[in-house]
Amino acid sequence: MMLDHAEPAMRPTEPIDLKAEFAGAGISEVLDGLERDLVGLKPVKARIREIAALLLVERVRQKYGYATEAPTLHMSFTGNPGTGKTTVALRMASILKALGFVRQGQLISVTRDDLVGQYIGHTAPKTKEILKKAIGGVLFIDEAYYLYRPDNERDYGQEAIEILLQVMENQREDLVVILAGYADRMDKFFALNPGFRSRIAHHIDFPDYENAELLSISDTMLQRQNYRFSPDARVVMDRYIARRRERPYFSNARSIRNALDRARLRQANRLIAHDGLIDPAMLTMIEPEDLLGSRVFLETDTSSGEIDA
Amino acid sequence: MRVTQGCFSYLPDLTDEQISKQIQYCLDNGWAVNLEYTDDPHPRNTYWEMWGLPMFDIRDAKAIMGELNDCRRIHTDCYIRLSAFDATNTWESLRISFIVQRPADEAGFMLTRQEIGGRMMRYETRAYGLQKPEGSRYGG
Repeated sequence: MMLDHAEPAMRPTEPIDLKAEFAGAGISEVLDGLERDLVGLKPVKARIREIAALLLVERVRQKYGYATEAPTLHMSFTGNPGTGKTTVALRMASILKALGFVRQGQLISVTRDDLVGQYIGHTAPKTKEILKKAIGGVLFIDEAYYLYRPDNERDYGQEAIEILLQVMENQREDLVVILAGYADRMDKFFALNPGFRSRIAHHIDFPDYENAELLSISDTMLQRQNYRFSPDARVVMDRYIARRRERPYFSNARSIRNALDRARLRQANRLIAHDGLIDPAMLTMIEPEDLLGSRVFLETDTSSGEIDA
Repeated sequence: MRVTQGCFSYLPDLTDEQISKQIQYCLDNGWAVNLEYTDDPHPRNTYWEMWGLPMFDIRDAKAIMGELNDCRRIHTDCYIRLSAFDATNTWESLRISFIVQRPADEAGFMLTRQEIGGRMMRYETRAYGLQKPEGSRYGG
């Protein structure tokens, strides 16, 4: 169902079965998937349920002609790196598609480089090109604050911002814009660009993951690649997470993914160096030494500026 | 004389809503939509000007309708056609092409006959519009 109202509104006389509307839209599958596939993120999930409920009621209201305007659906996702903003944005696109608030439901993920040009007259076509791709779906702007550089008044980012603001206002039924980034820098960005703040309906804050949540994320990540921890290795991974968090450039789930990639690398080297035949089960098993090779365990000095270890 | 060419040429001109549905059909099939314009109506004219590049990676018809309306605004008195390219292996060619705008007043074609040796006859069709230089053939 689209947002246009060609046929005259039918005011209801019968009671409305919201549960049936909910089931009919197929969003319960998306929401359950969100609950099942994403570890932690309790406040985010709660907020998304709230938004989904709002959208569902809005849709029913539209059906009966109580709501006349396309609602503002633009959102901002704030949180540290690796807290699942892009993943949730993808789910959001499916929810919006299921409820008919976007027509196609694709997610176009961009950063400043994709929107802002390098010379005069380059920005507008570039931004419009991206917007054309995003029409009918969701435009996800990662680290949106880089669009605005207050220290350089001739920066072309301003031009991209103006086009975005215009589209966010005038083409609300065509696309939904999600701005994402670190909480503090987004706050500053919104303070300097009040136009964005007023056009954004939903602010969602992504908390950092707990250590236990990260451990369970690492289990899932390995499982997806057909690996698993040996019982000892899982204990080591728990210690790794605690130590990694104290080090610079910790980025939640992304750091975990990088750590596991390197553990796989060490595992492969260990297997190659192994004399004799290899038990097929060894191919899928991450052992403690694959994790203990990490620099996180080798160095006691946590102030060094190495990116990941 | 109404020039007909491509798909739907036997139908009345499509409305914007109908065009939009055709575009969405093309996009749903993963074809790249392309806009071209010309003011030379001759059926053998294969050299149409391109309106920008073929539009790859677009999901919704509204984006293309926007481009079409821009093209219409600038080339008020031209023929505009929309085509969709299928890049799938073994197709790799246009799957659909139809006219989405025509000049308000289509002058049509003049047929000339030339008698040549042995009572032979040679025919030529010439668009009345072509007597004027490119860009000023219709309306302007």
